[in-house]
Amino acid sequence: MTIYYNFAYLDEGTKKKIRRTLLKAVAIPGHQIPFASREMPLPYGWGTGGIQVTAAVIGPEDILKVIDQGSDDTTNAVSIRNFFRSTTGVRTTTSTREATLIQTRHRIPETPLHAGQILVYQVPMPEPLFKLEPRVSETIALHAMADYSLMYLKLYDQITRYGRIAIGYEYPVIVHDRYLTSPSPIPAYDVPKMHMSPALQLFGAGREKRLYAIPPYTRVIPLDFTDYPFDPVNTRQPCALCGAVESYKDEIVIDDAGNRQFICSDTDFCEHRR
Amino acid sequence: MSYVAVKGGSTAIQAAHRLVRKRMRGDPDAPEITPRQICGQMHLGVDRVMAEASLYDANLAAQAMLQAQGDMIEAIFLLRAYRATLTRFLDSMPLAMDTMRVQRRISAAFKDLPGGQQLGQTYDYSHRLFGYFDRLETESEIESGKTAVPPEPMTSVMDLLEKEGLMEPAAACAPPAENTQQDITQHPLLFPATRAQRLQSLARGDEGFLLSMAYSTQRGYGQNHPFIAELRMGEVTVEITPPELGFSIEIGTITVTECQMINQFQARSPEEAAFTRGYGLVFGHSERKAIAMALVDRALRAGELGEEALSPAQNEQFVLSHCDNVETTGFVEHLKLPHYVDFQSEIQTLRHLHKTATKDGADRV
Amino acid sequence: MSYRPVPILMARDLTLSFGTLRALESVSLEIYPGEVLAIVGESGSGKTTLLNTLYGVLAPGAGEVRFGENGELDRCVQTLPRQQLRHLHRSAWGYVHQNPRDALRMEITAGGNIVERLMAAGEKHYGTLREKALFWLQKVEIDPKRIDDLPTTFSGGMQQRLQIARTLISHPYLLFMDEPTSGLDVSVQAGLLDLLRNLVSEQRMAVILVTHDLAVARLLAGRIAVMQRGRIIETGVTDQVLDDPQHPYTQLLVSSVLPA
Repeated sequence: MTIYYNFAYLDEGTKKKIRRTLLKAVAIPGHQIPFASREMPLPYGWGTGGIQVTAAVIGPEDILKVIDQGSDDTTNAVSIRNFFRSTTGVRTTTSTREATLIQTRHRIPETPLHAGQILVYQVPMPEPLFKLEPRVSETIALHAMADYSLMYLKLYDQITRYGRIAIGYEYPVIVHDRYLTSPSPIPAYDVPKMHMSPALQLFGAGREKRLYAIPPYTRVIPLDFTDYPFDPVNTRQPCALCGAVESYKDEIVIDDAGNRQFICSDTDFCEHRR
Repeated sequence: MSYVAVKGGSTAIQAAHRLVRKRMRGDPDAPEITPRQICGQMHLGVDRVMAEASLYDANLAAQAMLQAQGDMIEAIFLLRAYRATLTRFLDSMPLAMDTMRVQRRISAAFKDLPGGQQLGQTYDYSHRLFGYFDRLETESEIESGKTAVPPEPMTSVMDLLEKEGLMEPAAACAPPAENTQQDITQHPLLFPATRAQRLQSLARGDEGFLLSMAYSTQRGYGQNHPFIAELRMGEVTVEITPPELGFSIEIGTITVTECQMINQFQARSPEEAAFTRGYGLVFGHSERKAIAMALVDRALRAGELGEEALSPAQNEQFVLSHCDNVETTGFVEHLKLPHYVDFQSEIQTLRHLHKTATKDGADRV
Repeated sequence: MSYRPVPILMARDLTLSFGTLRALESVSLEIYPGEVLAIVGESGSGKTTLLNTLYGVLAPGAGEVRFGENGELDRCVQTLPRQQLRHLHRSAWGYVHQNPRDALRMEITAGGNIVERLMAAGEKHYGTLREKALFWLQKVEIDPKRIDDLPTTFSGGMQQRLQIARTLISHPYLLFMDEPTSGLDVSVQAGLLDLLRNLVSEQRMAVILVTHDLAVARLLAGRIAVMQRGRIIETGVTDQVLDDPQHPYTQLLVSSVLPA
């Protein structure tokens, strides 16, 4: 039995529905919009939200880049890239500069994005308040009233316990001075790249059935206290391959003695510098 | 570094998939199982895959079981993913359950009833001994008895009770018809959900999860006093009404299992006191799932019936958000994916805290 | 010119049923600025139902609750948008539950619990929040050293003090209290009542206090309303009602014939 699949897998009706939801998401920056997520041929939790967003917006002229943990060559990035290559036939690339559409899990590329590019984030849990308030009906009310004291309470508690805000990744942000938003589990180090980015940022949470967006040139402000400002931690070790100091690093254990090497997590950025 | 190699992910994946291909075939000297054999001899497994994938196609379900090497959740996932690509033409007409060609029908509430008890095929009362069924001959009249017309019509037990005023009216707990956004595969499920949306979620929900939830209501976590009014399994006709025709036409038959559950009565006043309903309907033959679904459906009606919802099975968001095994398995297993960027930020934060703590400690001394 | 005080909250003809049970039957009352009104009656008489209806978390079948701060009862609890009602609950009004665990966040430190309302109101300076938390701990007579301890490590009486600090930090002008001392030992009760009396007069709050304990009512309340089967059957100055009850039910209640 041969089975025929549409361009980018999903049928046109479904893609249109997702695009309409994305338009709504762009109109209300940072606000989560429910959508009828479909089962994709990849498991939930493995990027189905991002894949559906990419499938809905990708066209034959697009040049696609897929990264996971900053790298083009991690297993899941390869798998998703192959999926779109076989269902769309579009050109793929590892170059951040060349790509028109970038799907990512857990990182924002080091190379600054430019106008016209779309960055699609895979989001496991779109609701930034879910650990503090599991009832969806209640978090919806909190967003409606812009009541984010629960999240401040968490920050207060961390400063009290640890002497600083100790959120390393998935750092909560306020988008367009209104909605508390999850940046997806990117390191806090990446969060400033979201602020006033010239690129369109789209977020897809397949299992949780929510889409949201940050339009180009939108304010994205990390939550903090005036006397304990946002201050992400990053190693000052230079990259063992390209020598970059400012980039975000992977830590590689190189021997049994526990010696470590630091290399850029963004493989495309690193290769261009070598 | 074979798993998340800095380079070479593609090659590794290909090799992994070649291994799957090899294991899937098993012993090359043994004959390969065909989907037809699976449909014939493992039809209860096929039924489960169809039910939880919510796609009625036995041949595809059997293929999925083969490709999944017998991993049922993987097979369900495969069929679901295929279902998502299918274009929706029309909704079917509501199934006329009173016209079911019944293969099995029992009531635990009444000893005898119009239409009688009809056991059909069941493992109930069999001894779980290897070879137990081998000594039995398959008699031709039993074979034909499957489709024999019962001597009298099988009146619905719920209807009888409702006529007497002892059962809450079906109309009272039926979902509102005017809401068009009920199909949970076309519109996102939002909370609070309607009963129609809840029943859809449960119908495709994981059998094991529903079973445990249902069991918990019987053990004090959610009040319930259930009696099976009727459990039926048989074939029903599916009809659609194409707009250009304006009348309904048959497009096929499906086998379903239906459970109508009587539950404790509820009363604001003595004259209003009536039993309450729980409902289960599943593709194929799965009595366990239909009964569990009816119990959980009833538990989830707590709010509507003015009961205090204190137990997990009565919590709509808890049950509906966690009953779908395609969703749950994906997220639980995604922990296998690399998380080293997040883990790196955790390590760095922790190191930073240790460093600052040591410094502070020194200052204090 | 005679001074005529204007109420800050007024309920008219509140009626509420649970199924066939009439929980409130045509209840009317007023609260004036700075006064403490006790609602007393035996258990099941509708006291807490009335309190929750006034507070806006229960909707009456008939009647309305109007309120306003500036001498005008220009807003109605029942028609107030949910957002505004919530804002009211988090700032200008306060509610002290019988069980402090209903209000406290048990997994958050005492200090965090106290300052939550301030953060909701927009305070973004950690140092200021700490100062306020310490100030209020002292105010409710909890050792400031306990600021970073979890409420689970506190005694029942201390948890209740913590709840009070957490509520009063936004300086509400109207406080709703549901049996605030009844879960506590007698000796602890006395201290807490003393504290409440001082705070109430110092903060110039109006208080609606639900209690089954006439001694608590006598100590804290200027006025008293007696409830029986969903109705207010007698109301007046506390000493007058308790020393010279008019209604036969109040007479039984005062003579402790009825189990409260």
